[in-house]
Amino acid sequence: MNLLRKITAKPWEHAGEMEGLHGEYIAAHSAGRTGLFMFLAVISSMFLLFMISYYTRSRFPDWEILADPGILWLNTGVLVLASVALQMASNAARRKAMVSMRNSLFAGALLTLLFIAGQLVAWNQLVEAGFYAWGNPAIAFFYLFTGLHALHLVGGMWFLGRLGFSMRQENKRERIRHSVTLCATYWHYLLLVWLVLFALLLKT
Amino acid sequence: MAYVALADRDHEQHLHDPQTFVTKYIWSQDHKVIAIQYSLTAIAVGLVALGLSLIMRLQLGFPDTFSFISPDEYYQAITMHGMIMVIYLLTALLLGGFGNYLIPLMCGARDMVFPFMNMVSYWVYLLSVIVLCASFFISGGPTGAGWTLYPPQVILPGTPGNNGGIVLMLLSLVLFIVAFTMGGLNYVTTVLQARCRGMTLMRMPLSVWGIFVATILGLLAFPALLVTGIMLLLDSVLGTSFFMPALLSMGEVSEHSGGSPILFQHLFWFFGHPEVYIVALPAFGVISDLVAVHARKNIFGYRMMVWAILAIGIISFIVWAHHMYVSGMNPYFGFFFATTTLIIAIPTALKVYNWVLTLWRGDIHLTVPMLFVIGFIFTFINGGITGLFLGNVAVDMPLSDTYFVIGHFHMVMGVSPILVIFGAIYHWYPKITGRMLNDRLGRIHFWLTLFGTYAIYLPMHYLGILGLPRRYYAMGDTSFIPDSAQAMNAGISIAAFFVAAVQLIFLFNLFWSRTRGKPSGGNPWKATTLEWQTPQTPPVHGNWGPDLPVVYRWAYDFSVPGASQDYIPQTMAPEDVPTDPGSSYDGGEGEHS
Amino acid sequence: MGIAVGILVLVVITVLFHFLSPWWFTPLAADWASIDLTVDITFWVTGVVFIALNGFLIWVIIRYRHRQGQKAHYEPESKKLEWWLTIVTSVGVIAMLAPGLWVWARIIEVPDDAAVVEVVGQQWHWSFRFPGEDGVLGQVDIGLMTVDNPLGLKPDDPAGQDDILITNPELHLTINQPYKFVLRSKDVLHNFTVPQFRVKMDLIPGMVPYVWLKPTRPGRFDIMCEELCGIAHFAMRGVVVVEEKAAFEDWLAGYPTFAEVLARPTPTLAAGKASYAVCSACHGASGEGNEMLNAPKLTGLQPWYLERQLMNFKHGLRGGDPGDAFGAQMAPMAAVLADDAAIANVAAYIASLPDSESRKTISGDTARGEKIYTTCLSCHGSGGQGIWSQNAPALKGADDWYLARQLENYRQGIRGAHPQDLYGKQMTLISGMLRDEQAIRDVVAYINTL
Repeated sequence: MNLLRKITAKPWEHAGEMEGLHGEYIAAHSAGRTGLFMFLAVISSMFLLFMISYYTRSRFPDWEILADPGILWLNTGVLVLASVALQMASNAARRKAMVSMRNSLFAGALLTLLFIAGQLVAWNQLVEAGFYAWGNPAIAFFYLFTGLHALHLVGGMWFLGRLGFSMRQENKRERIRHSVTLCATYWHYLLLVWLVLFALLLKT
Repeated sequence: MAYVALADRDHEQHLHDPQTFVTKYIWSQDHKVIAIQYSLTAIAVGLVALGLSLIMRLQLGFPDTFSFISPDEYYQAITMHGMIMVIYLLTALLLGGFGNYLIPLMCGARDMVFPFMNMVSYWVYLLSVIVLCASFFISGGPTGAGWTLYPPQVILPGTPGNNGGIVLMLLSLVLFIVAFTMGGLNYVTTVLQARCRGMTLMRMPLSVWGIFVATILGLLAFPALLVTGIMLLLDSVLGTSFFMPALLSMGEVSEHSGGSPILFQHLFWFFGHPEVYIVALPAFGVISDLVAVHARKNIFGYRMMVWAILAIGIISFIVWAHHMYVSGMNPYFGFFFATTTLIIAIPTALKVYNWVLTLWRGDIHLTVPMLFVIGFIFTFINGGITGLFLGNVAVDMPLSDTYFVIGHFHMVMGVSPILVIFGAIYHWYPKITGRMLNDRLGRIHFWLTLFGTYAIYLPMHYLGILGLPRRYYAMGDTSFIPDSAQAMNAGISIAAFFVAAVQLIFLFNLFWSRTRGKPSGGNPWKATTLEWQTPQTPPVHGNWGPDLPVVYRWAYDFSVPGASQDYIPQTMAPEDVPTDPGSSYDGGEGEHS
Repeated sequence: MGIAVGILVLVVITVLFHFLSPWWFTPLAADWASIDLTVDITFWVTGVVFIALNGFLIWVIIRYRHRQGQKAHYEPESKKLEWWLTIVTSVGVIAMLAPGLWVWARIIEVPDDAAVVEVVGQQWHWSFRFPGEDGVLGQVDIGLMTVDNPLGLKPDDPAGQDDILITNPELHLTINQPYKFVLRSKDVLHNFTVPQFRVKMDLIPGMVPYVWLKPTRPGRFDIMCEELCGIAHFAMRGVVVVEEKAAFEDWLAGYPTFAEVLARPTPTLAAGKASYAVCSACHGASGEGNEMLNAPKLTGLQPWYLERQLMNFKHGLRGGDPGDAFGAQMAPMAAVLADDAAIANVAAYIASLPDSESRKTISGDTARGEKIYTTCLSCHGSGGQGIWSQNAPALKGADDWYLARQLENYRQGIRGAHPQDLYGKQMTLISGMLRDEQAIRDVVAYINTL
């Protein structure tokens, strides 16, 4: 409703008035948050379209339902733990507890790597069982979804790694703490995406 | 004011003033330099696409004449022409070029909020252009499947570039989308977070609104192209069957089976239609600002203009299948998409009315930018009207896939935005360089371009009604195409060559005026918006000197009754506005009667 | 001021062009006057808007152009005016949309008495299938498509036995009979368009879209493919002939049912050899050809191609042009072959002869020839081996002087000009890319190297 009020204002009236207006130059903080949310919207659009394609394609007669590798359940658990670790880091950042934050981040990074490794194991199992991407469309989508999801985690890891390197610099602490909360949001989001994808892969 | 400066100091820590040539002009993080890099690259690749269109026109106008145009090369030319013009020229120039230049200046920011990412955006864009152009040099050449890249033919023998060219094309598109996303996140976040004090959403100039909404459309629509691109790439390289059905190619049954070509079309146009508005909305915004400045009148119905931009942006996501009326999709979709398509005509028509109504009772200065504005309005009326034919499913039937379609989308999406781009360049060139473009050359350029392009595209509509199919290398003998149609096609080609040659005048003007143009001063058009109020012209790195501007009013205070000058800059406080003697005008603080 | 005149001139040009230009819809040949009506309505509504809006624009420019001391009126918005404009625009939109949707409902609603015809598209050729007496089209499968069963019908499907196969791109229809065209593609996207019928629809592999119409005017109309389907897209032409019922039935009776195709006896080489005795006088005992007699080498050619050309010669589709003296010699020779079976026999015999080397007589720039050949190879194959599904004969090993002469004939319209020789027409369209004699020499020189 606030937005509606904003875009129905008559801007030619009340020149000079500043009240309730946007105001000062916003420092990098909230810009980072806005940017992240816009980015999540972009990724959502992408995954949503992939899922629609998946659903549409699955209604064609040549679709074969495949048994998902059991290790995916384990991986899901690992990713949940990674997300928890990131949340702990984020909480620590808010408390300005740098040591606790660093440890949680480290745990989160390790768990994420473990998840990615687990996904690779799942790929390997499929390949060894003779399921290649060109074999049937369900498998192709499986590789595609898991691959893209992992790629986004890798991107997050790169960002996390950069944070790790700059952590020693005292003058950047404020920004680092802020970045950690953004990382946590990103991880939760990717966990959510994974849960939806996993449910979709299980169901069909 | 004090705390503006305070917040500013915090910002200046991140603002490294570039020293060397390389950091200033090559690896620059300054939005203005990036804007120019984007623009020059887009114009350069656009000239390549212009050249390709001339190859097409040579063949169509004078078939059986030029030995260097085989069917393969013809189809490669149409494909690359379309793709370059839509994506690599128009999208890149309007958003990467104009968006980059105007958003921070018009919002009162020092730069984009993520300047490093902004720089990377340009370099990835350049890489995408290089990858695209590389396909001209590989064996088999670029893809010739038409810019829509429809499977299954796009990756099958019988279509040029079916193995190498298409892979490079898809890779280039993926790169472009990455670049666009990096840039787009910047534009949106800058508009949302970095407006200066007093700049409410409704005080923003319509250029910013247009670019802002177009960027959001792009951020949400380009993923559709990414999704299709990735799946098509896998079909092509790994032999998956996302889009590829079982088929017989060159006498042999292919390895694919079960895929859905029409799924590709749905996904492609889910991107493709918003893409039209990704190009159109910034153009709408820019034209609104130009028309107000040069008619010395506030834009008529500003709020309606903003709402129309938003409405068009939203509806543009539910009209895509009007590109697919004859695609074999479920015919009942036709009812829905014809209705939504004609509904979107209403806000679009309102925008046209409001431009004309802005001129009405205005003080119209027939400057070169204003000429382009009027040329645009005429062209856009024409192109919009033919859109009503093609959007209406039954009317579309006989016209689909004919020259009528070519005429329509070149009027509405080719000539119209190009006229806006020219108008905008004549308008903002003084801010970018500190010099005016040559007025006489500008007028010659305008007249020849307007009449020349109309000579190209008006007849095409009628050839389309006659039934000339598009994407035909040669018409050959038919029972229904008279010789006069071929003569007209030759005439169109001559007009096309003429128009292309005329653009040399513009290019010359661009370079000549850079050093020899008349010095312009900071605000030659007496405009109100922030970019004209910078302390230096051209604006230096950081744009605003020590203090950020403060905005007191909307962007369109022209010819305000009681004020003694016909424009009041956005930065002018009500108490500073010079008034006519005896006037009760208070600078705008109260309501106008 | 100039700009006001300029816009006025453009408006006047547009209106004059609309009324004076010779290009308008081809005369309607189907029961779709309603589509033309929706187009007319749209022209009238938008025409009024076009003139009114531009007229107002011109007046505004003249009236409110800048003059000394002029000041613009200050009016941020006018709700009332904007409401009126919205309402008027909406009314205009409804006036166009409502009839459009009404007509669309008719376009997609096939009448019960419509006869079914299947249109089969492929790169770059049309075929057709009538369902026969049972009114049901038999099932098809891509995997079954071969030279002998190009449409891929399932031999064990009883519904397919009486299907009538039209494997050349000329379709006949009965006047005033509604038809439902079911559209099937063997390979890529195509679009079935006859401009005089107004309606059109894509062919999509894996799907079967439809379109219906009732032909109302006798005549011979072009079928155009209007969905870019590869390099010979523009050469993918067919013909539809609308005629009285009796003529239509005569035509249809000339085509075999699928059962008849299946029962067709295999050609006997002995009979073919006997018939070939006449041929050997010019083409040589083992089909090696004789340049002195302008008789090309026949070995290495596919039997279906030989059959088609013999039929063409026999029925006057080839060799009838006054410029084709050598073709004219061949026409009476082909007439010697009594029936289709005799033609099949001799074609099979020639195809059974061992391929022999041809003498290379033409040299040229093979690099340039190779570049030109990139267009040819989409049908004739990268090795010049010919591809049955494209109806394209082998070029490899053919007499180069013969190839050059035929290309020249196509280019000149000496061969492929007969209205029923639609494969020849395809070659006349494609050979348009060979702009001069040197181009022919170059490409033939390249074919020599294959």
